[in-house]
Amino acid sequence: MNKKQRNVLKRIIVSALLLAVITIAEHVISIPNPVLLALYMVPYLIIGGDILKKAFLGVRNGQIFDENFLMAVATIGAILLGLVTDGEEGGYLEGVAVMLFYQTGELFQSVAVGKSRKNITALMDIRPDTAHLIAEDGTEEDADPDDIPVGSIISVHPGERIPIDGKVIDGSTTLDMSALTGESVPVSCKAEDNVLSGAVNLSGLIKIETSKEFGESTVSRILDMVENSAMKKSRSENFITKFAHVYTPAVCGAALILAVLPPVINTIIAGEGHWTTWIIRALTFLVISCPCALVISIPLSFFGGIGAASTKGILVKGSNYLEALSETGIVVFDKTGTLTRGVFSVTAVRPSESFTSECNALGVSPEDSLLLLAGRCERYTSHPIGKSIIESLEKKGLIKDENTLTGAEDIEEISGRGIKASIGGRTVYAGNSKLMDDLGADYDKTVPAGTVVYVCANGAYAGYILISDIDKDTSKAAIKALKRSGIRKTVMLTGDNESAASEVAERLGLDEHHSGLLPGDKVDMVESLLAGKRGKEKLAFVGDGINDAPVLSRADIGIAMGALGSDAAIEAADVVLMDDDPIRIALAMKISRRCLRIVKENIFFALFVKAICLALGAVGIANMWLAIFADVGVMVLAVLNSIRCLSVKE
Amino acid sequence: MKKTYDIDVDCANCAQKMEDAAKTVEGVKNAIVSFMTLKMKVEFEEGVDHISVMKNVLSACKKVESDCDIVLD
Repeated sequence: MNKKQRNVLKRIIVSALLLAVITIAEHVISIPNPVLLALYMVPYLIIGGDILKKAFLGVRNGQIFDENFLMAVATIGAILLGLVTDGEEGGYLEGVAVMLFYQTGELFQSVAVGKSRKNITALMDIRPDTAHLIAEDGTEEDADPDDIPVGSIISVHPGERIPIDGKVIDGSTTLDMSALTGESVPVSCKAEDNVLSGAVNLSGLIKIETSKEFGESTVSRILDMVENSAMKKSRSENFITKFAHVYTPAVCGAALILAVLPPVINTIIAGEGHWTTWIIRALTFLVISCPCALVISIPLSFFGGIGAASTKGILVKGSNYLEALSETGIVVFDKTGTLTRGVFSVTAVRPSESFTSECNALGVSPEDSLLLLAGRCERYTSHPIGKSIIESLEKKGLIKDENTLTGAEDIEEISGRGIKASIGGRTVYAGNSKLMDDLGADYDKTVPAGTVVYVCANGAYAGYILISDIDKDTSKAAIKALKRSGIRKTVMLTGDNESAASEVAERLGLDEHHSGLLPGDKVDMVESLLAGKRGKEKLAFVGDGINDAPVLSRADIGIAMGALGSDAAIEAADVVLMDDDPIRIALAMKISRRCLRIVKENIFFALFVKAICLALGAVGIANMWLAIFADVGVMVLAVLNSIRCLSVKE
Repeated sequence: MKKTYDIDVDCANCAQKMEDAAKTVEGVKNAIVSFMTLKMKVEFEEGVDHISVMKNVLSACKKVESDCDIVLD
């Protein structure tokens, strides 16, 4: 609690005690009415003095219909009625108690909001305060990160946060990137590696040459984004603002009619107005009507949702996007780099029958032998295909020592075809189908999609090695999770050929795929998918931010993944996933849906309870005490409900 | 030109009032107040002196909500 809040708390306690003492005293001894009024005025002014002042200032400045005004009129009205009717209708106790409960509710709200504000900022508190600048003579001095020019050398000790983006020039360590990516597995880094601000240095001292200014560094950009996100208001928030503008004057008008019209009609018909009864009903009406529950709980829910998402490495650039995310019906993926890793590697090794029996006779693995054979041919290649074969050998542990791949002689590159080499007296060819056609080899033509390296040894076809882009580990699970969470259609767009595209689409369980697209075609394709939307549903496009900025901005929601360090993607996207794990898309949807459900619960609950209480108040069933519940109670419950947005279960 | 200012205000409704008040000040193109982050983002008209405009914004806000503050640097 801050000073202001503690002050209010003191006033609440003092006036509550006074109120209790006076109420008991009133019942024990008889106190003349004017004295009683004077006694009640003490706690009333202690607790409500500032409200009265604000109400007065508000009226003077033309701000009539605000909650201060409502409370002032309702409580003064109740007290005056108590004075006039000698305590039969309304009364001093009600008047003071309404003010007391109102202030208690306001205090609760203020503390709750302050606490969640603190929680969220603490989650996001990754802004480093100092950087250790290394001077030319090697001495270290602390400086404000803002003052450090690009190209400076800074040191980061274990346990500290990297303040500015840069390149490691000395030392090696492991980094905790969880503040940036939500991923808690540490990442190791050494000299020449680029590192991002916001990461925590876990083990060793490193020296960094800064490559950006502090304001342009990752940590500053993330914080700006989260702070600015609250400025982009959602439809629900705008609705409530507009609603409150109409609602409060309407309720005040209704209260006035309630106070005047029935007594006038009564006077005309029955000759007796029952003025006090109707005035107290009108005052009850005013207390119930306060729209605080909605006005506070809805932005709080969105803020909580955005805060919760950002702790999982999902940056949502505004409440409006969180809202749109929850309405997503179609998710369009870019293939390479989004669903697949965009890295080529060996996915299948298929020796031919003759090669298999030959190897079996020698007692060696036919797959490994084929791979080794191709590896020897590709040993000196700089081609990515050849490299992926060597990598596969390394991964399998088949390269025992530096001599493993020797033995190939007369290596000759046949342009556009492949490689010819002589290994252990055998002439070996490794290359594409054109090479096999040239050789007249009897090779397997029914291979799956991907890039194929055929191997031919001593004139006999030995088998093929399939090299393709591999799926990310979580792609399939992510699409399944999206489907389960109610996404109607998943679509994949790619520049690859149809056979590669359909295979990936089928394997991952996508509903639709479009292949052979140039970057410009992707925009057209998204346009036509946008035209096929049903009702209110939204279309989200997920890309890796490279070359797809136009599509990202064309879709209802552009989601850029693996965006750490890619400024263009961060600019173009509405939602930024800090790492490139597709499962986070499903998590983002989940968080948004949950947040919006809580928002709707609050809108419905608050309006429903208020409508009932207003109706009951108008016919005289609800008294001042129920009115206080309708105001303060509903607000407390709504605030507690919206705080739930802060927590996420994965 | 856009600038962001820290503000101090107690309730969401009051923050909304500040936003409405700030928008009416001459030289202000648009203003957005976030109660959650306690920040006011002001977009100024071309070529105005933002320091004097912000003084007017502050007094306009004080008028509608006596208990508020804007940190002007």
